Amino acid sequence: MQNKRQDNEKTHIISALVTNESGILARISGLFARRCYNIDSLAVCATEDPALSRMTVTVRGDESVLRQIVLQLGKLPACVMTGELDASRAVLRELLLVKVAAGAAERADIETACRTYEAKIVDLSPDSVVIELTGKPAKLDGFIELMKQYEIIELSRTGLTAIERGSVKLNSESNKTETL
Amino acid sequence: MKLKGAEIIVKCLLEQNATTVFGYPGGQIIDLFDAIYREPKITQILTSHEQGAAHAAEGYAKSTGKVGVAIATSGPGATNLVTGIADAYLDSVPLVAITGNVPVPLLGRDSFQEVDIAGITMPVTKHNFIVKNADDLADAIRRAFHIARSDRPGPVLVDVPKDVQQALIEYTAKQPEPPHKPPMQADVTDAVELIERAKRPIIYAGGGCIAADASAELLRFAERIKAPIATSVMGLSAIPTAHKYCAGLIGMHGHASVARLVEHSDLIIAAGARFSDRVAGDRKKFCNHAKIVHIDIDAAEIDKNVRTDAYVRGDVKQVLKLLAMTVGEKRDETMLDLNAEYKRKYALPPCRGKLSPRAVIACVSENAGDAIVATDVGQHQMWTAQGYSFKSPRTFLTSGGLGTMGFGMGAAIGGAIGSGRRAVLFTGDGSFHMNMNELATAVRLDLPLTVFVFDNRTLGMVRQWQKLFYGERYSSTDLDANKTDFVKIAEAFGAKGYLLDDDKNVEKTVKAALAESGVTVVDCKIEKDELVLPMIPPGKTMHDIITEIPDGKARR
Repeated sequence: MQNKRQDNEKTHIISALVTNESGILARISGLFARRCYNIDSLAVCATEDPALSRMTVTVRGDESVLRQIVLQLGKLPACVMTGELDASRAVLRELLLVKVAAGAAERADIETACRTYEAKIVDLSPDSVVIELTGKPAKLDGFIELMKQYEIIELSRTGLTAIERGSVKLNSESNKTETL
Repeated sequence: MKLKGAEIIVKCLLEQNATTVFGYPGGQIIDLFDAIYREPKITQILTSHEQGAAHAAEGYAKSTGKVGVAIATSGPGATNLVTGIADAYLDSVPLVAITGNVPVPLLGRDSFQEVDIAGITMPVTKHNFIVKNADDLADAIRRAFHIARSDRPGPVLVDVPKDVQQALIEYTAKQPEPPHKPPMQADVTDAVELIERAKRPIIYAGGGCIAADASAELLRFAERIKAPIATSVMGLSAIPTAHKYCAGLIGMHGHASVARLVEHSDLIIAAGARFSDRVAGDRKKFCNHAKIVHIDIDAAEIDKNVRTDAYVRGDVKQVLKLLAMTVGEKRDETMLDLNAEYKRKYALPPCRGKLSPRAVIACVSENAGDAIVATDVGQHQMWTAQGYSFKSPRTFLTSGGLGTMGFGMGAAIGGAIGSGRRAVLFTGDGSFHMNMNELATAVRLDLPLTVFVFDNRTLGMVRQWQKLFYGERYSSTDLDANKTDFVKIAEAFGAKGYLLDDDKNVEKTVKAALAESGVTVVDCKIEKDELVLPMIPPGKTMHDIITEIPDGKARR
């Protein structure tokens, strides 16, 4: 999925409202694959409108790649609205679940780390803990780094989901994606 | 009024004025064929193979401007359409493919002749539908037509399980919506300014000019700014080849005169064209000496391959009309004079064999009137693109984007049916071997179709690359052991066959073949090492054009 990183590449967040039909995920991810766009994460969820789903995609590329992605997505009849989210004007969140091997000796240290990161221990077993953490991707990266000194048994991240601050809406008139 | 699903499809076809369809029956589409059988207003053309039906629907669409319809059964019937659908996608041909599938309860169980055709065609359609609920059927068909012809045209597939074709549902007639066009960009100042400032402008016109029926607007704009018009392969026939403003073909096998003209220009105005690698070569170096203005209906085409200095997004017909009214008239005819001079100076290189394919094409061009001209893919295609004198738009049917060998027979059939005129097919022995089964279709329909097979017992275009770039190692291209007799083939299918192997007989044979009322095949025996020149090697620029190859060595 990932090609060599180029210097002028940046991470962009694309938000798209797509019709809630069978095969929609394949349709969107297929477009990314065949046009050789680099995806870092892709999250799909239901919205306030049962006919629509929201996709939040983080991609790497320069400005021209980003523009291509938005325009190519916009051409799909199943894509109702799409555009780049301005990271500085949006709330960005990701959820992490990580299972760490932790005997009695490590528990206290792990609990301290969790308090610092405002993470929650959601499962305890004699030799492991499952921790839940929500935040920006960089915060999750940092926490995972920290947990590496213990043994990470497995982890799962949801991928980034995002929404713009304020009362504007992706599919409202005032916020239409400029087609060019 | 309650009708069966299959009858509703037929009603929807009639709503859309799709009165000619191309297809091949099978178990899961038998209900639709039954409904078509009972509807006298629809003509269903049975082909020999579903691929032929898809290409015929393309030929029909390209020659008429209407949406082509191809129908096939599930499984292999559906997969056989895929090449035609992909071809239509790359050449922006409005096409609706309707496939049958196994009943909904059997979907996903690897049932007999079941295939996920929607999944398979997702990357090569504008959109596709699996109609699992009979109530959605009519709207799916209507939306398919609407999407196929709206904005930048292209193919749409509707997959209809057998039980949906059999379900009884309520039908209410509906008028088709007019095709959607994107709003024209309001601000064209940048483009106008660049055009007005240019001293030596040239227009590069693509298939979009034909799709938008923009021939008249294209010429009027060119006359306004005194710019010659070069066309891509897809743009051929947009303006008459013999017109003073026509420069010729641009690209890998374009005219040397066009390459020189582009080198001398200071502004390229691309109209309904997409700077494909066959035109741009090295896209980063393409026309670095000149400014580029890009006009296209598809915003995603702008700056996709080549960076432009200005653009106008919109229907190319409307944009050219607006630009012709907005830009100041130019008086300087430098580029037109240069065009005339270069055309004289850089004639196409002669052929070397006893029978020259160029002579055959020129003779057909003189004698076939305003016939529909179809090609397959390879050397013969490029010789035709370089040498045929097109008289009016929508008369050239070729596979430009996908480069589909085997496209020609189906396309010629669809073109002849759509236009009601004679169709001429130029093909090679390689391409013709792929889909000559459609001779049966053409003979059955008694179509006025003349096929010229340039028979060199090799896959000529691949051989040319092997000669130039692969040390003359003719891997899998030498067909000397083939014993196919195309005259006998023609006769076996019930067509007429002619043999042509000498320049001396070209006029006589071509005229005789074109005078036949039905299907005729002319076996044109040509030299193995006939080359398509000029040639810009792949990934290079117009500066690297090869115009002659004495003793097998390339010379610029």
